[in-house]
Parts: sequence; C-alpha cells; structure tokens
Amino acid sequence: MLDVNRIIRVLVAKPGLDGHDRGAKIIARALRDAGMEVIYTGIRQTPSMIVEVALQEDVDVIGLSILSGAHMDLFPKIFEGLLENNMEDVIVVAGGIIPDQDKPILEGMGVRAVFGPGSSMSEIGDAITKLVCERDD
Amino acid sequence: MPLAGMHNRNRDDLNRSQDKKSYETSSGIEIERVYGPDKTEKFDYESKLGIPGEYPYTRGVQSDMYRGRLWTMRQYSGFASPEESNQRYRYLLEQGQTGLSVAFDLPTQTGYDSDHPLALGEVGRAGVPISSLADMEILFDGIPLDKVSTSMTINSTASILLALYLSVAKKQGLDISVLKGTIQNDILKEYIARGTYIYPPEPSMRLVTDIFKYCKVNVPLWNTISISGYHMREAGATAAQELAFTFSNAIAYVKAALESGLNVDDFASRLSFFFVAQSDVMEEIAKFRAARRMWAKIMKKRFGAKKSKSLKLRFHTQTAGVTLTAQQPENNVVRTTLQALAAVLGGTQSLHVNSKDEALALPTEEAAQLSLRTQQILAHESGIPDTVDPLGGSFYIESLTDQLELAAFDYVDQIDEIGGAVEALRQGFQMKEIHESAFRMQADIESQDKTVVGVNKYISNTPPIEKLQSIDSSQVNMQVERLKEMRINRDNPAVSSALERLRGVVCRGENTMPAILECVEVYATVGEISQVFRDLFGEQKEM
Repeated sequence: MLDVNRIIRVLVAKPGLDGHDRGAKIIARALRDAGMEVIYTGIRQTPSMIVEVALQEDVDVIGLSILSGAHMDLFPKIFEGLLENNMEDVIVVAGGIIPDQDKPILEGMGVRAVFGPGSSMSEIGDAITKLVCERDD
Repeated sequence: MPLAGMHNRNRDDLNRSQDKKSYETSSGIEIERVYGPDKTEKFDYESKLGIPGEYPYTRGVQSDMYRGRLWTMRQYSGFASPEESNQRYRYLLEQGQTGLSVAFDLPTQTGYDSDHPLALGEVGRAGVPISSLADMEILFDGIPLDKVSTSMTINSTASILLALYLSVAKKQGLDISVLKGTIQNDILKEYIARGTYIYPPEPSMRLVTDIFKYCKVNVPLWNTISISGYHMREAGATAAQELAFTFSNAIAYVKAALESGLNVDDFASRLSFFFVAQSDVMEEIAKFRAARRMWAKIMKKRFGAKKSKSLKLRFHTQTAGVTLTAQQPENNVVRTTLQALAAVLGGTQSLHVNSKDEALALPTEEAAQLSLRTQQILAHESGIPDTVDPLGGSFYIESLTDQLELAAFDYVDQIDEIGGAVEALRQGFQMKEIHESAFRMQADIESQDKTVVGVNKYISNTPPIEKLQSIDSSQVNMQVERLKEMRINRDNPAVSSALERLRGVVCRGENTMPAILECVEVYATVGEISQVFRDLFGEQKEM
C-alpha cells in the first residue's frame, strides 16, 4: 500500500432499493482495517442522500455498491449532485453486479474504478489509496 | 522418470495434507480423517432416523419420496415487464418445468409503483414490475392457475400480491380454494439479511398472521410462508447459523400465530421452508437431514403439535448465488450441478438451479434452459431418486447431521435467551454473527486458505460471456405508461373508498386480507395500498 500523509475518508453507500449489503459491509470493514475513515450509511440511499453525506463528511472517496442493475440510472444523478455542489474532486468508485458493457459508459461518467465479483479487499483498498495519492499529488 | 515424478508428487501431497492443521466444514465442525462404526455405535436408529415419512423425518417427509413424486422443478424468474415475464413462464412450462416462481422487481417488493420517483432505474431490473391487477392479469395470461403451483418471492407486500393472484384466479373463473402455491412472506429475515422490509416488526407480523388466518379458511392448500435461511446464508451465515436463524424465526412466527388465536395444528402444515444448497456437498446433505429432525422436534416438543403434517419440514432449495463466479463462467455449471445434487440427496421438495451467467446479470433463456436440464438429468439419468435418502447410515453423514443439529440448537438457545428472534434482530445479533462469518470467509479466500477455482487459483483468461440478458428500456417505459393510463381509466371514487375501508380495518385491528382484496379488485395499486400501511404503521429504519 502506498504512503499517505493523512487519513483517507470514504463514504460507502448503497444507492437504490437493493438490500444486498454483504459486500458493502465487508468493504467498509476492510477499508477501516486499512486505516481509512469509513462512513457506511446502510441500504436504500437516494442519490441526493449520498451527495449530502459526502458533502457533510467531506469525503475523499465515494464507494458505491449496487447489485440491482439500477446503476445506469442512479449514478448520473449522483454525478449531477456532485457537480452542483462543486465536488468534482471527490473520487467515485463502484462495485457489485455491473456488466462489462456498462463499464466504459460509467467511466465516461466519471467512475474511476469498477470492481466486479471476485475483487479482493486488498485490491480495492490499494486502488483507492492510489487514486487519492494521484489526485493529491 | 515419470514414476519418480509421481512418487514425489504423492509425497508432496502427503506433506501438504499434514501441513493443513485441521479440516473443517463451513460451520467450523472439525472433520476427521475417516469415520467408522465407532461414530454410530450408540446410534439409535429409531430415535435418530426412523422410517421415512415418520417421526423424526430425518430420512424424508414421504415414505416413498421421489418414487411417489419428483421434486418440483421451479426456476425463479421475472424481468422487464409482465409481458416479457409471461413469455418466459410459458417457455419454461413448455420445456417441462413443473411450477412457476415469480421474481418481483424491488419497487414491487418495497411497496412503490413503477412510476414512483424511488423506483427510478429499478423497474423490471431484479424481477417483474407489478403495480396493479392490470399487470398481474398480463403476467398470468394464458396460464391456467388451477394447473400450476406458483411461488412468489414477496415479503412486505405479500398480502397485496397474494390478493392480486387470487383476483386473477377469480377472473379465470376459478374457486380460489383449489389454488396451490407459496408466498415467501418471511419478513424477519428481511430485517436480518435481504432488506426489503417496509414497516416495523410488530405490524409486519400482524400482516403475516392475517394471511395465515385468511388462507386457512379460504385458500387451504396455499403455503402461507416460506421461512427462509437462503438469504441469511447468502449474506454470509454458516450452515449451522442458517438452520438456527431460520428456526428461531420460525418459532417467532408460530408464537405470533398462537397469540393471534390460532391452534398450532390449524396452520403448521402450511408452513414451508427455503434453504440454500451450497458447495460443501456433504455438510449440505447433512444440513437438510438435520433440518427435518430439528423441525419435527420443535413442533412436537415445544409447541405440542399433534398432526403428523404439522411436524413435516417441507422445503424449497436454490443453489448458492454467491458461489457463482464472473471468471470462467462455464465453471458455474459444474458448481450448480454439485449443489443441486446435494439438494436432491437431502430430499428437497422443489428446486431452482442458478444459471452460469448470474454473477453478471439475470439469466438468458438459454442459460435458464440449461439449469432446467440440469434438474432433468438429475431426475431422470442419475438414478438418485430411485431410493429414499441414499446416504442414510453413512458414518460421516450421520455424524455431521448430529453435529449440525447440536450446533444449530445451541444458537437457537442463545436467541431464546436474548428473548427470541425479534428481540435478537433488534439488537443486531443475527446480523453481527452473519457479518463475522462473511468477513472470515472473505479473508480465507484472500489468504488462499479457501480456494475458489478461477478466482484465486487456476486463473486463466477466458472470454466474458457474450450474450447477457439485458432489460429493454422500452418495456419499462411501456409499463410506466400503462400504469398512468390505468390510473385515469379506473373507477377512482371506488378506489378511494376501498382504500378508506382498508384504513378502517387496520385501525380496528380486523383481518386486513378481505379489505386488501377489495382494493386490488378496483385496481388500487401496490403503492397506494402500501401507503395506507406506511401511514398507519410507520416505516422501519435500518437496524
């Protein structure tokens, strides 16, 4: 893992009506164990709730976990909210059930990394640290 | 040279097996190198196993099991729109499927209509969208409901979806007393794992018992609940936790029904169960056998049930979604086959086999067909259904069955001490236990203590699946448009007064089912009816 001079703040959020939180909870814990400050807001978060918490908590990263297939409709709303609040520097990553064909579109939207099924906790933690370091350089 | 090489490999293998400190099942039960008669020395056949079809039903709930009737092949499906889902159901029935299993989308499951702002992006994604009787009529168009049995995975809004199903049957000219099927209606596990709860536990339990009472009189063959370990296991529980948390929830439902004035033998025979078939084949077979024995004991000893039907654990099984890998997806066919094998060796009453593409999307028609064929091969080519409980008497299986039962009852005792399943989940007990197991499993995968072929070992670059099931957004738009039109064309004063009557029924503490039926018959929507409950019961925040 790369060196960071300060504690990285991450919001782990589950947008939409999807209740599958096994992955989100595991990631939240793994990132905490890796020394990050993690805010996990639970299931059924609307895009505006997610942006609001990200703003209040002044996070570096938003990690979106979604398995319901609603990402193509919900993610743009989140990016709209970030833009409205001048939060373009917040790094957004995503994980869950996201088909390959959607990945380039999401990346075009501003999602910096998409972690599919089988991704490891360390891989996700390392990627987040790297993205924050690159941004802050 | 080749011989010498082989020798070395064997020695390496031996060394490796000695290096591995202990062998354990998912529940942490230590596995011995070999099991012999000493394990079953004091084994009392009568009390432990008995004759199949008799107490304690360890070997099966029927004396002839699959000779009398094969398990029901029931592939869970639903997506995009009522029209598309109806086509898939007809296709599956044509292919020899013997029962229907409806997957609803998340708005339907959480009480929002397809045009609600919170339904954005979710309509038709995880299942079929049903907002009113108009949708339900399309969903079952051309499917005679007296000829199929239908399982519906629906919980918070179970009474509304059941009412819709009954209304469609009436429109088909059927007497609802002949209908066969199941609603999941297991709200407690939603708080613990699956997350589609709407209201707090108490009023939710009232809706559950209202269904028990209504169906006892009006739809006597309907399975009024499918008490589910599946989702808790998928969320990370071990096999022992799956059994324990399922039965703790079951105990809570039985108590609630008794408190509402029902007699145990009046409703117990309509309670059904739902478990996963995971990859640890031997532990899973033992789990199903232990489950039957546990339930028989609980009903007989704890609740004093007298009828044999009240003691029989009937269950549906689905293979484990979490074991499906996005990497080398063809491997998933092998995984699900092994899991389905465990379910059949464990004596399941119905089965869903997951499809190879489901780590990434809902299954395509082709993939769903292969899942059905997997079941048909097990049923007609494997020879397994020819005799009852083929593994009964195996030293290992009997030992595991005993140990799982012990471990699970130990957890049930812990939950009893906390004050029962509802109090325990309020304290987050089950959630915490499940999360700990899930985290441990993930750590084991990352440290390679646990091998996942194609993911952390034997990795190869296989091309991704080319054809995934996609959801046609024009279908979703059509659904929303139809709903808007329906709202204009229905008898709106009748809708308002039906909803008002429901409000009164809820406040007076009467059974809600007849009033819900009245609402759906005048085309009140799932969202409108749920709103009445939301207003009066309040909404539950995450615990």
